[in-house]
Amino acid sequence: MRTMQTRKENRVKNSTLSPRWLAVALASLGMAAPALAQEDPIKVGILHSLSGTMAISESTLKDTVEMLIEQQNEQGGLLGRQLEAVVVDPASNWPLFAERARELLEQKEVDVIFGNWTSVSRKAVLPVVEELNGLLFYPVQYEGEESSQNVFYTGAAPNQQAIPAVNYLHDQVGVERWVLAGTDYVYPRTTNRILEAYLKEEYGVADEDIMVNYTPFGHSDWQNIVSEINRFGSEGKKTAVVSTINGDANVPFYRELSNQGIDAADIPVVAFSVGEQELSGIDTGPLVGHLAAWNYFMSVDNDDNYDFIDAWIEHTGDEESVTNDPMEAHYIGFNMWAEAVRKAGTTEVDAVKDAIIGVTVPNLTGGYAAMMPNHHITKPVLIGEIQDNGQFDVVWQTPSTVAGDAWSDYLPGSRDLIADWRKPMACGNFNVAEGTCGGSTAAEEAEAALAE
Amino acid sequence: MRITRFLTAWLTVLLLAWLPLAALAQQDDPGQALLESLDTRAYDDKAAAIQTIAASEDERARRWLETLLDGKLQRHKDTGRFVIVIDNSGRNWPAIDALTFEDAGEISRRDLDRIGINNALRNQLRSVLAVIDLYAESADVRLASAMRLLGEVDETLAGSIDDLIEEEPDAEVRRRLTQALAIYRVENGETEAVEALAGSLHPRVRVALGRAAASDDPILAQSAQAGLDDIEQNLRINRAAETLYFGLSMGSVLVLAAIGLAITFGVMGVINMAHGELMMLGAYTTWAMQQLLPGQPGLALILSIPAGFLVAALAGVAIERSVIQFLKGRPLETLLATFGVSLILQQLVRTVISPLNRTVITPEWMSGSLVLNDALSLTLNRLYVMGFALVVFVGLMLIMRRTRLGLEVRAVTQNRAMARSMGIRATRVDIMTFALGSGVAGLAGVALSQLTNVGPNLGQSYIIDSFMVVVFGGVGNLWGTLVAGLSLGVINQVLEPWAGAVLAKIMVLVFIILFIQKRPRGLFPQKGRAAEG
Amino acid sequence: MHWLGQPFKERSTLIFLGVLLTALVAVTVLHLVVPQGHPLYVSAYTVNLFGKYLSYALLAVAVDLVWGYLGILSLGHGAFFALGGYAMGMYLMRQIGERGVYGHPVLPDFMVFLNWDSLPWYWYGFDSAWIAFPMVMLAPGLLALVFGFLAFRSRVTGVYLSIITQAMTFALMLAFFRNEMGFGGNNGLTDFRDILGFDLRSDQVRLGLFLATGIALALGFVLCRAIVTSKLGRVCVAARDAEARTRFLGYRVERVQLFVFVVSAMLAGVAGALYVPQVGIINPSEFSPLFSIEIVVWVALGGRATLYGAVIGAILVNYAKTVFTGIMPDAWLFALGGLFVLVTVLLPKGIAGVLAYRVRKRGVTENDGKEATA
Repeated sequence: MRTMQTRKENRVKNSTLSPRWLAVALASLGMAAPALAQEDPIKVGILHSLSGTMAISESTLKDTVEMLIEQQNEQGGLLGRQLEAVVVDPASNWPLFAERARELLEQKEVDVIFGNWTSVSRKAVLPVVEELNGLLFYPVQYEGEESSQNVFYTGAAPNQQAIPAVNYLHDQVGVERWVLAGTDYVYPRTTNRILEAYLKEEYGVADEDIMVNYTPFGHSDWQNIVSEINRFGSEGKKTAVVSTINGDANVPFYRELSNQGIDAADIPVVAFSVGEQELSGIDTGPLVGHLAAWNYFMSVDNDDNYDFIDAWIEHTGDEESVTNDPMEAHYIGFNMWAEAVRKAGTTEVDAVKDAIIGVTVPNLTGGYAAMMPNHHITKPVLIGEIQDNGQFDVVWQTPSTVAGDAWSDYLPGSRDLIADWRKPMACGNFNVAEGTCGGSTAAEEAEAALAE
Repeated sequence: MRITRFLTAWLTVLLLAWLPLAALAQQDDPGQALLESLDTRAYDDKAAAIQTIAASEDERARRWLETLLDGKLQRHKDTGRFVIVIDNSGRNWPAIDALTFEDAGEISRRDLDRIGINNALRNQLRSVLAVIDLYAESADVRLASAMRLLGEVDETLAGSIDDLIEEEPDAEVRRRLTQALAIYRVENGETEAVEALAGSLHPRVRVALGRAAASDDPILAQSAQAGLDDIEQNLRINRAAETLYFGLSMGSVLVLAAIGLAITFGVMGVINMAHGELMMLGAYTTWAMQQLLPGQPGLALILSIPAGFLVAALAGVAIERSVIQFLKGRPLETLLATFGVSLILQQLVRTVISPLNRTVITPEWMSGSLVLNDALSLTLNRLYVMGFALVVFVGLMLIMRRTRLGLEVRAVTQNRAMARSMGIRATRVDIMTFALGSGVAGLAGVALSQLTNVGPNLGQSYIIDSFMVVVFGGVGNLWGTLVAGLSLGVINQVLEPWAGAVLAKIMVLVFIILFIQKRPRGLFPQKGRAAEG
Repeated sequence: MHWLGQPFKERSTLIFLGVLLTALVAVTVLHLVVPQGHPLYVSAYTVNLFGKYLSYALLAVAVDLVWGYLGILSLGHGAFFALGGYAMGMYLMRQIGERGVYGHPVLPDFMVFLNWDSLPWYWYGFDSAWIAFPMVMLAPGLLALVFGFLAFRSRVTGVYLSIITQAMTFALMLAFFRNEMGFGGNNGLTDFRDILGFDLRSDQVRLGLFLATGIALALGFVLCRAIVTSKLGRVCVAARDAEARTRFLGYRVERVQLFVFVVSAMLAGVAGALYVPQVGIINPSEFSPLFSIEIVVWVALGGRATLYGAVIGAILVNYAKTVFTGIMPDAWLFALGGLFVLVTVLLPKGIAGVLAYRVRKRGVTENDGKEATA
């Protein structure tokens, strides 16, 4: 905010340097004014990769937001104005994400952005969104350890996916040995770290009963690792694999599992990154019974969900197209934003930011999602087993919704941190033990105080 | 809105609770009650119901349990009728009645409730089915269920297994049943049963002996420990063999991916960066074939071998004619141009087919593994790929050594001008060579479709590795490619358990870089004047 | 220092410097003086964008130096670029200080949440610009020195060299993806705040970075011109065209190659260092072989062995990328791929070749006219 104001002041100062330019500017402003009538559409920025490696996951999210915008417009738009999608393509390139976000906010002047998939792209966009005071809805499950006043996390935090999944495996399946297998990047690293701490703390799991393994992106030769998992799992204790393996590496992984004869009933694999869309590229016959933990499954028996699926199939024109968890996250995020705009009566970022906390909208699994003060939402956690038709069958779910935790209680660095963006605290990383707001916000406030 | 919806939901529930009773009253088939007991939310109750069904004398029991295991046993929401779904793809599913097995027509998936099971029930069902199958006609089925019972035998089963061993005609089944029983006995502290487990590498046996070795009974512990040491010794050998197999299998994939490149790069001097995309075309051909021949994935796969070759070869000819022929003698520029081609091909697949991965089904005869012993089994799909790589290699060698085309290719490679003056049409040879190299890439793609993703990025993940293999082996030498591919595969797999997948890969790359400094022309350098070019 | 003055005697260099400086001044004026909303106004966003193009242009010049004048097609220059970027990124990370989300005074955020308890040794000193900025050149320079020493000594040339440079950058990419390396893994380094005490988010600093990049490009260009017009440069070209003969003439070709290769790597490092604060993130994807190949194509499009061609190519391709991915994302890869093919097949000398041809032709017709009148 503060930087935003100084930026504007700078501009004003610069233009006052030359009165002649000011006159020209005023003239052009005057000419532009009639065009800026109330009927101006509300601009919704969509920042999802449409080319490059991430297009495989992200392009459907772009379509989802477009569909939601269409639906909203059919219902008469928002505040009597139509919505307009502004689509840009960051091409799976992280610096380009930052650049495109800047373009959306600065050049295209969008009111809100729905976008990003990977953590690194979100990290790249974050400083831009904070600097230009934008709104970003991030729909994918992630590693947590973040809370920005400009970002709303509609995907799951680790306590909304990983921890309940482990609870299920321990309590219902009786798992005693754990393989934590993941692709080597921040999400699996953090999730596994949290899980390791959690397993040791809550269930007293011994070190030798946890095997951690990391593989590079797109890893395709799983022979050794699967055979190791097999050995690890045949020591007489019930073993499960908690997989944070990402995207393309999953197909060869599951293939190797089934070929080496590892059955879900012997060593179940619970995945956090495998959804309906990923399954649509896999022959699921041999995978029946392996698990996934999400907050939504396409197979959920609920009328809102069936309507959503029908609309989606109509939108894509493809009978075979599937829905998945991040799509539901966008559905929730979009409706929350729309509700907040209605509540605030404006699309102005600060007003919407304040209005959205506490907003509750129905999700697609028959419950409600509420926006918490830490900019995460409440979600039910569902455990599904893979079926041979590429769908999941829900075998367990949390009795009530779980509120997303921005800062994990199981990491030493963040144990004492909470986020609460309501005034007067308005802090993304408040240290409860020390009673201070850490990091950037504190430093900036101190600076601001000095300046005054 | 919400309240009415809530009310309707409640009404439906009430109705549902009522309907089955009505149905039961109409047809007092005892099966209805049995299935009824399965329709409960609690998995514990379901487990009990499964036992009841298994214990019932109903001859439909096996089929019910099987369909339950497959997740095909479902219930109509409105009528409460139990059906078996035949095909659960799409939005409307054909089904048959679960009691009479008569056709029940197509039912919308919205109207069906699945009798869900979880992994615990799945395990239970398999065990239950295994016990039933012990009495099956076929020896294979009996063997499978005997295997399944290793470590699963309990008090009630022990007695009946003892009887079965007496009657069992098949030696292998008998051996397994004896082991299964012995595990149970060892776990109950019977020292003499340890002997029956000697030499078995089955993990369940190892677990049982491990537990026994830690027991308080010193005699039991000692003999179990002795058995265990024996097993460990044996396992080490098996593990080494397994690593070697993994290495050779990975190597054969590398050879397949690289060998086409060895032809276009080694023989023609063309650096074809679109090689990976030609493999991708081969893989997509397999997918397309399976789409054309639904229900026959095996036949489709076999047909894809010539088809994949043809598609990739044609694409190769198109690339050669449109791009490469204009870049004669400028190898570095072919690299750039073909890189452009690769981008175009990738995007073409994304636009025309889909950015999503495609499902390629592994045919029955390629899934599973070849079991050598309880600790060593070779995955079938990789075994086939190894064999395929070998066949392709031998085939290429024959073409290069024994056919006129091969002769001409070698002549043109060694001295283009001289070859032309001898009446060889060099342009034609170029086209044929490039088509051959590309076609082989297509074959590699067909094989890869059985191992990894079929998607637009398939090619990219193999192109660098392929170049490494060719350069390491020595350009222009097919033997070099074979040796290089296999040895890189083995090195990688040996390093992997020790260093982790990422480091292993980095170490292999660094090794190649250093090796090239030492021997700039690879393992098997080309000799003679051609090498100077 | 006579050889450094050499470039200023060339018309092409003077024209290039003239155009570059004019562009720098023009952008500055249009950004600062013209009011917002005016059609001629250059927004901070655009200044930033231009800054990025200029750093790419410097990188392209570095590649052209080795490809155009040494005949070494390096498919690994992205690695040098990224190393320079990481050196700068590490400096910027250390500048965050206590303003990270965890408020740790020394450790960057990613180390805190991956439970590192102390700074790895190779991060020492990066809080000071006096160490970090030289490292921008030293790190890539050292890598190039070791790699080049091994490669040139054993006379690895042509395609082989290209492929092992590619292996090098690929291995580095995999290594930097590893979180144990301590460079932030896939997420890389981001959330920068200050550079030399100035707030990176202010428009003035952005403009400053843009100008700095422009000046670095000008200096780099002059340096490269000076090298190629010197005696050493002529040996380079001789080695490029006939390595064996040059050796027989008594030149230690590998030393010349090594020297130029290291200089080029350092320039690439500088480009990376200027790139990072402007885009706000550095991550291992800059090491990807794909990116390195793309750089080569910029040079090919602009025209190799001209240096100014590399600049034109880099700016043109990246501008096209910005425009295309904005208006028709699906078509971008088609366009880029088509560009690769068309340029190599139809324009082997690139745009610079076309320009030079035009200039020469006009020169000839003018001369013809003169002769006719005379």
